[in-house]
Amino acid sequence: MTTVALKTTSLTELHKSIGAKMVPFAGYNMPVLYSNLIQEHHAVRNSVGVFDVSHMGEFMLKGPKALDLIQDVTSNDASKLTDGKVQYSCLPNDKGGIVDDLLVYRWKEDEYYLVVNASNIEKDWEWISNHNTYGVEMVNMSDDMSLLAVQGPNAVKTLQKLTSVDLGSMEYYTFTAGTLAGIEGVIISNTGYTGAGGFELYVMNNDAHKLWDAVMEAGAEFGIKPCGLGARDTLRLEMGFCLYGHDINDETSPMEAGLGWITKFTKNFTMSDYHKKLKEEGVKKKLVGFEMIERGIPRQHYEIVDGQGNIIGEVTSGTQSPSLSKAIGMGYVKTEYSKLNTEIFINIRETRIKARVTKLPFLQKQ
Amino acid sequence: MNFPDTFKYTKDHEWVSVQGNIATIGITDFAQSELGDIVFVDINSVGTTIAQHGVFGTVEAVKTVSDLFMPVSGKVVEKNGNLDSNPESVNQDAYGTGWMVKVEMTNIAELADLMDAASYRVLIGQ
Repeated sequence: MTTVALKTTSLTELHKSIGAKMVPFAGYNMPVLYSNLIQEHHAVRNSVGVFDVSHMGEFMLKGPKALDLIQDVTSNDASKLTDGKVQYSCLPNDKGGIVDDLLVYRWKEDEYYLVVNASNIEKDWEWISNHNTYGVEMVNMSDDMSLLAVQGPNAVKTLQKLTSVDLGSMEYYTFTAGTLAGIEGVIISNTGYTGAGGFELYVMNNDAHKLWDAVMEAGAEFGIKPCGLGARDTLRLEMGFCLYGHDINDETSPMEAGLGWITKFTKNFTMSDYHKKLKEEGVKKKLVGFEMIERGIPRQHYEIVDGQGNIIGEVTSGTQSPSLSKAIGMGYVKTEYSKLNTEIFINIRETRIKARVTKLPFLQKQ
Repeated sequence: MNFPDTFKYTKDHEWVSVQGNIATIGITDFAQSELGDIVFVDINSVGTTIAQHGVFGTVEAVKTVSDLFMPVSGKVVEKNGNLDSNPESVNQDAYGTGWMVKVEMTNIAELADLMDAASYRVLIGQ
């Protein structure tokens, strides 16, 4: 038997010391919850929570042709970015699927940062490197950087105590660098994976512990909670955000995944002709959100069937939604079953349980 | 954690409380704590006879699904209907309001296969 040592983040020991339940995730030993997933979820929806997501990968791309490389490998149009702006995008592969989804940060005209999923760091690095015929300088900073996501309606009030950067005036999907909690050069990004608002803070590993402590102290008056990957998943699913390896993967087209809005045919990219044709001719299957009408919780890989039991698709994500108190899921169905309010069924333990195609996000803005 | 001395336990973390030939079954405090927030208890086995170690239902936490196993053979004669609307009872009171099924035992001798509280504590390292 071989055992592969799990990677740690700068905060792994801290998580253990405050009682986190640790699980292997994407090769890292990560906190899945600290005490109670549902309380962590509500802390983010209603006040503020902090996640250690240092497992995420960060690449720097630098040089006069950096944009050309990014345009080549990503589906969204990065030429629309200006300094200090962030864009959600994906890396299409050469088989019509997706290598990964990612954020593209433009720092300067010739300097960009890509933030990728932990599980795909090596795959993405290799993929982009292989397309780097532009002489772009690439640096994989993943092992040197830590990332804390401070999320929730009280995230601004929490973090504003720690910095003179005017956080309230920062627009969604913008970023800047500034001093925060006495740490210089923190990358402060108005982004997140929860739909609750808030910031993601990138620091060097040496500063992670100090940042965590400062955030926890500043958020104490708002009842800030450390939150694990469990709550991160229920929060993102309520927003209908895709999770790589579940809702998108090497075989799904962004057009099938509802990611047409980040697939721009104003430029050429890997397999762009194929995706354009899919868009014009229509996809055969689509990622939809659904809610359970009868009792049951959908889970990844459960079959989606019609009223006669014929298989029409597969569940990619599912959970009991803490905010909505009902079971929700996402999955691919044949396009003819993707219209809102279509009645579908999920095969749960050999029983056909009724569900209904619903609008995404599940959680509508109040 | 609390493990009543009058109960019997399985390696799958069910508890059994016996009165006559009726076994009341639930999951232990350790099991509910490991699962976390329980959001769904799915039991469709009332009226059926199931052998020892067979599945009588499923318990779901937000992130996980676990089967529920029969500690002893018998007929499921009743389930805890309260859990349909209050599955969190299993977290709050695993040995009381969080009970799951009552089983009419068909082979009482199987009770000898089960652990007492002390042995169960050893199993879970407590």
